[in-house]
Amino acid sequence: MLEVPFIYEAKGQVLIIHLPKELDHHNCRSLKYETDLLLAENYITRIVFDFTRTEFMDSSGIGVLLNRYKQMAGSGGQVTLYGAGPQVHRILSVAGLAKLVPSYETKEAALVG
Amino acid sequence: MEAMKLEMDSLSSNEEFARVVVAVFMSRLNPTLEEIDDVKTAVSEAVTNAVIHGYQNKPGKIYIEAVIEEHTLTVTVEDRGVGIANLKQAMEPMYTSDPSGERSGMGFSFMEAFMDQVQVETQPGKGTRVTMKKRVAG
Repeated sequence: MLEVPFIYEAKGQVLIIHLPKELDHHNCRSLKYETDLLLAENYITRIVFDFTRTEFMDSSGIGVLLNRYKQMAGSGGQVTLYGAGPQVHRILSVAGLAKLVPSYETKEAALVG
Repeated sequence: MEAMKLEMDSLSSNEEFARVVVAVFMSRLNPTLEEIDDVKTAVSEAVTNAVIHGYQNKPGKIYIEAVIEEHTLTVTVEDRGVGIANLKQAMEPMYTSDPSGERSGMGFSFMEAFMDQVQVETQPGKGTRVTMKKRVAG
Protein backbone atom coordinates (compact mmCIF):
# COMPACT_ATOMS: atom_id res chain seq x y z
CA MET A 1 0.00 0.00 0.00
CA LEU A 2 2.97 2.32 0.45
CA GLU A 3 2.99 3.73 -3.04
CA VAL A 4 4.68 7.00 -3.96
CA PRO A 5 1.89 8.73 -5.89
CA PHE A 6 3.92 11.11 -8.03
CA ILE A 7 7.21 10.79 -9.85
CA TYR A 8 8.75 14.08 -10.92
CA GLU A 9 11.07 14.39 -13.88
CA ALA A 10 12.86 17.64 -14.70
CA LYS A 11 13.87 18.19 -18.31
CA GLY A 12 15.42 21.60 -18.85
CA GLN A 13 12.66 24.08 -18.12
CA VAL A 14 9.97 21.39 -18.24
CA LEU A 15 8.64 19.58 -15.21
CA ILE A 16 7.04 16.24 -16.06
CA ILE A 17 4.72 14.82 -13.40
CA HIS A 18 3.97 11.11 -13.77
CA LEU A 19 0.54 10.53 -12.22
CA PRO A 20 -0.67 7.50 -10.25
CA LYS A 21 -3.26 4.89 -11.26
CA GLU A 22 -5.95 6.55 -9.15
CA LEU A 23 -5.94 10.34 -9.16
CA ASP A 24 -8.27 11.17 -6.25
CA HIS A 25 -8.18 13.37 -3.15
CA HIS A 26 -6.19 10.77 -1.21
CA ASN A 27 -3.42 10.52 -3.78
CA CYS A 28 -3.35 14.26 -4.53
CA ARG A 29 -2.59 15.33 -0.96
CA SER A 30 1.18 15.67 -1.38
CA LEU A 31 1.21 17.20 -4.86
CA LYS A 32 0.79 20.88 -4.00
CA TYR A 33 3.60 20.87 -1.44
CA GLU A 34 5.96 18.91 -3.69
CA THR A 35 5.37 20.92 -6.86
CA ASP A 36 5.58 24.23 -4.96
CA LEU A 37 9.02 23.16 -3.74
CA LEU A 38 10.13 22.14 -7.23
CA LEU A 39 8.81 25.36 -8.80
CA ALA A 40 10.60 27.43 -6.16
CA GLU A 41 13.93 25.69 -6.74
CA ASN A 42 13.87 25.39 -10.55
CA TYR A 43 13.09 27.68 -13.46
CA ILE A 44 10.09 25.92 -14.99
CA THR A 45 8.12 27.27 -17.97
CA ARG A 46 5.99 24.18 -18.64
CA ILE A 47 4.38 21.46 -16.56
CA VAL A 48 3.53 18.25 -18.41
CA PHE A 49 1.21 15.71 -16.77
CA ASP A 50 1.67 12.06 -17.74
CA PHE A 51 -1.66 10.21 -17.52
CA THR A 52 -0.49 6.96 -19.13
CA ARG A 53 -0.84 5.00 -15.86
CA THR A 54 -4.03 6.74 -14.72
CA GLU A 55 -7.26 4.74 -14.86
CA PHE A 56 -9.39 6.92 -12.61
CA MET A 57 -9.65 10.66 -11.93
CA ASP A 58 -12.29 12.69 -10.08
CA SER A 59 -12.72 16.41 -9.34
CA SER A 60 -9.64 16.30 -7.09
CA GLY A 61 -7.54 15.74 -10.20
CA ILE A 62 -9.28 18.67 -11.87
CA GLY A 63 -8.39 20.83 -8.86
CA VAL A 64 -4.75 19.85 -9.21
CA LEU A 65 -4.67 20.64 -12.95
CA LEU A 66 -6.53 23.94 -12.55
CA ASN A 67 -4.27 25.15 -9.77
CA ARG A 68 -1.11 24.29 -11.72
CA TYR A 69 -2.62 26.08 -14.73
CA LYS A 70 -3.22 29.21 -12.63
CA GLN A 71 0.31 29.01 -11.21
CA MET A 72 1.91 28.71 -14.64
CA ALA A 73 -0.38 31.22 -16.39
CA GLY A 74 0.71 33.81 -13.84
CA SER A 75 4.27 33.61 -15.18
CA GLY A 76 3.39 33.02 -18.83
CA GLY A 77 4.05 29.29 -18.63
CA GLN A 78 2.08 26.34 -20.01
CA VAL A 79 0.47 23.18 -18.72
CA THR A 80 -0.12 20.21 -21.03
CA LEU A 81 -0.91 16.53 -20.61
CA TYR A 82 -0.56 13.27 -22.48
CA GLY A 83 -1.65 9.64 -22.35
CA ALA A 84 -5.21 10.22 -21.09
CA GLY A 85 -7.62 7.26 -21.40
CA PRO A 86 -11.40 7.41 -21.93
CA GLN A 87 -12.40 8.00 -18.28
CA VAL A 88 -9.90 10.86 -17.87
CA HIS A 89 -10.99 12.41 -21.18
CA ARG A 90 -14.64 12.45 -20.10
CA ILE A 91 -13.77 14.09 -16.79
CA LEU A 92 -11.66 16.72 -18.57
CA SER A 93 -14.44 17.53 -21.02
CA VAL A 94 -17.21 17.68 -18.36
CA ALA A 95 -14.97 20.03 -16.37
CA GLY A 96 -14.34 22.15 -19.48
CA LEU A 97 -10.61 21.92 -19.02
CA ALA A 98 -9.65 20.94 -22.56
CA LYS A 99 -9.09 24.55 -23.62
CA LEU A 100 -6.88 25.46 -20.69
CA VAL A 101 -4.80 22.31 -20.57
CA PRO A 102 -4.27 20.82 -24.04
CA SER A 103 -4.15 17.05 -24.28
CA TYR A 104 -1.71 15.15 -26.54
CA GLU A 105 -1.30 11.51 -27.45
CA THR A 106 2.45 11.34 -26.89
CA LYS A 107 4.99 12.69 -24.47
CA GLU A 108 6.97 14.24 -27.33
CA ALA A 109 3.95 16.23 -28.51
CA ALA A 110 3.09 17.38 -24.96
CA LEU A 111 6.65 18.63 -24.46
CA VAL A 112 6.50 21.03 -27.41
CA GLY A 113 2.74 21.47 -28.11
CA MET B 1 -34.46 -5.91 -4.76
CA GLU B 2 -30.87 -6.38 -3.65
CA ALA B 3 -29.05 -4.21 -1.13
CA MET B 4 -25.70 -3.70 0.58
CA LYS B 5 -24.46 -1.57 3.46
CA LEU B 6 -20.98 -0.38 4.27
CA GLU B 7 -19.83 1.45 7.36
CA MET B 8 -16.25 2.71 7.24
CA ASP B 9 -13.90 5.16 8.88
CA SER B 10 -13.72 8.63 7.36
CA LEU B 11 -10.25 8.31 5.86
CA SER B 12 -9.04 9.54 2.49
CA SER B 13 -7.57 6.08 1.86
CA ASN B 14 -11.16 4.74 1.95
CA GLU B 15 -12.28 6.87 -1.02
CA GLU B 16 -10.98 4.29 -3.47
CA PHE B 17 -12.31 1.40 -1.37
CA ALA B 18 -15.83 2.89 -1.35
CA ARG B 19 -16.06 3.49 -5.10
CA VAL B 20 -14.69 0.03 -5.88
CA VAL B 21 -17.19 -1.68 -3.52
CA VAL B 22 -20.12 0.11 -5.16
CA ALA B 23 -18.73 -0.63 -8.64
CA VAL B 24 -18.50 -4.35 -7.84
CA PHE B 25 -22.02 -4.34 -6.39
CA MET B 26 -23.49 -2.66 -9.49
CA SER B 27 -21.73 -5.11 -11.83
CA ARG B 28 -24.72 -7.50 -11.47
CA LEU B 29 -26.71 -4.99 -13.57
CA ASN B 30 -24.36 -5.69 -16.50
CA PRO B 31 -23.34 -2.04 -16.82
CA THR B 32 -21.06 -0.67 -19.52
CA LEU B 33 -17.55 0.40 -18.54
CA GLU B 34 -18.68 3.99 -18.93
CA GLU B 35 -21.60 3.49 -16.54
CA ILE B 36 -19.25 1.93 -13.98
CA ASP B 37 -16.88 4.91 -14.33
CA ASP B 38 -19.81 7.32 -13.88
CA VAL B 39 -20.87 5.70 -10.61
CA LYS B 40 -17.28 5.41 -9.35
CA THR B 41 -16.75 9.13 -9.97
CA ALA B 42 -20.00 10.13 -8.25
CA VAL B 43 -19.31 7.92 -5.21
CA SER B 44 -15.75 9.23 -5.01
CA GLU B 45 -17.06 12.82 -4.96
CA ALA B 46 -19.63 12.14 -2.24
CA VAL B 47 -17.16 10.27 -0.02
CA THR B 48 -14.45 12.91 -0.53
CA ASN B 49 -16.98 15.58 0.54
CA ALA B 50 -17.71 13.59 3.71
CA VAL B 51 -13.99 13.22 4.53
CA ILE B 52 -12.96 16.80 3.78
CA HIS B 53 -16.08 18.79 4.56
CA GLY B 54 -18.39 16.65 6.71
CA TYR B 55 -15.68 15.51 9.12
CA GLN B 56 -13.06 18.20 8.32
CA ASN B 57 -10.44 15.43 8.07
CA LYS B 58 -11.20 14.39 11.67
CA PRO B 59 -12.29 10.88 12.69
CA GLY B 60 -15.85 9.82 11.93
CA LYS B 61 -17.90 7.15 10.19
CA ILE B 62 -19.22 7.17 6.67
CA TYR B 63 -22.30 5.07 5.85
CA ILE B 64 -22.88 3.83 2.33
CA GLU B 65 -25.93 2.00 1.12
CA ALA B 66 -26.56 0.71 -2.35
CA VAL B 67 -29.82 -0.76 -3.61
CA ILE B 68 -30.68 -2.33 -6.95
CA GLU B 69 -34.34 -2.28 -7.94
CA GLU B 70 -35.19 -3.42 -11.44
CA HIS B 71 -32.67 -1.53 -13.58
CA THR B 72 -31.97 1.30 -11.15
CA LEU B 73 -29.05 1.67 -8.78
CA THR B 74 -29.55 3.91 -5.76
CA VAL B 75 -26.49 4.89 -3.73
CA THR B 76 -26.64 6.76 -0.43
CA VAL B 77 -23.55 8.31 1.16
CA GLU B 78 -24.11 9.65 4.66
CA ASP B 79 -21.96 11.35 7.28
CA ARG B 80 -22.75 12.61 10.78
CA GLY B 81 -20.40 15.57 10.44
CA VAL B 82 -20.82 19.35 10.40
CA GLY B 83 -23.49 19.50 7.70
CA ILE B 84 -23.73 22.21 5.08
CA ALA B 85 -24.97 25.63 6.25
CA ASN B 86 -25.58 27.01 2.74
CA LEU B 87 -26.49 24.12 0.47
CA LYS B 88 -27.41 26.29 -2.51
CA GLN B 89 -23.96 27.86 -2.50
CA ALA B 90 -22.22 24.51 -1.93
CA MET B 91 -23.90 23.08 -5.02
CA GLU B 92 -22.90 25.95 -7.29
CA PRO B 93 -20.33 24.85 -9.87
CA MET B 94 -16.79 25.89 -8.91
CA TYR B 95 -17.78 26.93 -5.38
CA THR B 96 -15.35 25.66 -2.78
CA SER B 97 -14.89 26.49 0.89
CA ASP B 98 -11.27 25.36 0.65
CA PRO B 99 -8.74 28.21 0.76
CA SER B 100 -5.75 26.27 -0.68
CA GLY B 101 -6.92 26.51 -4.29
CA GLU B 102 -6.40 22.77 -4.76
CA ARG B 103 -10.11 21.95 -4.73
CA SER B 104 -11.99 22.48 -7.98
CA GLY B 105 -15.45 22.94 -6.42
CA MET B 106 -16.88 20.53 -8.99
CA GLY B 107 -17.85 17.68 -6.67
CA PHE B 108 -21.64 18.18 -6.77
CA SER B 109 -21.52 19.12 -10.48
CA PHE B 110 -19.81 15.79 -11.22
CA MET B 111 -22.38 13.85 -9.18
CA GLU B 112 -25.15 15.57 -11.17
CA ALA B 113 -23.35 15.06 -14.49
CA PHE B 114 -22.75 11.35 -14.00
CA MET B 115 -25.92 10.23 -12.19
CA ASP B 116 -29.56 10.60 -13.29
CA GLN B 117 -30.72 12.06 -10.01
CA VAL B 118 -28.95 13.58 -6.99
CA GLN B 119 -30.64 14.58 -3.77
CA VAL B 120 -28.85 16.21 -0.83
CA GLU B 121 -30.27 16.40 2.68
CA THR B 122 -28.22 18.23 5.27
CA GLN B 123 -28.58 19.65 8.75
CA PRO B 124 -25.90 21.88 10.22
CA GLY B 125 -24.27 20.09 13.15
CA LYS B 126 -25.98 16.79 12.30
CA GLY B 127 -24.58 15.67 8.96
CA THR B 128 -25.28 15.20 5.28
CA ARG B 129 -26.92 12.50 3.21
CA VAL B 130 -26.48 12.31 -0.54
CA THR B 131 -28.83 10.01 -2.47
CA MET B 132 -27.96 9.30 -6.10
CA LYS B 133 -29.80 7.24 -8.70
CA LYS B 134 -28.72 5.82 -12.00
CA ARG B 135 -30.64 3.67 -14.44
CA VAL B 136 -28.60 0.92 -16.04
CA ALA B 137 -30.21 -0.75 -19.03
CA GLY B 138 -27.90 -3.78 -18.79
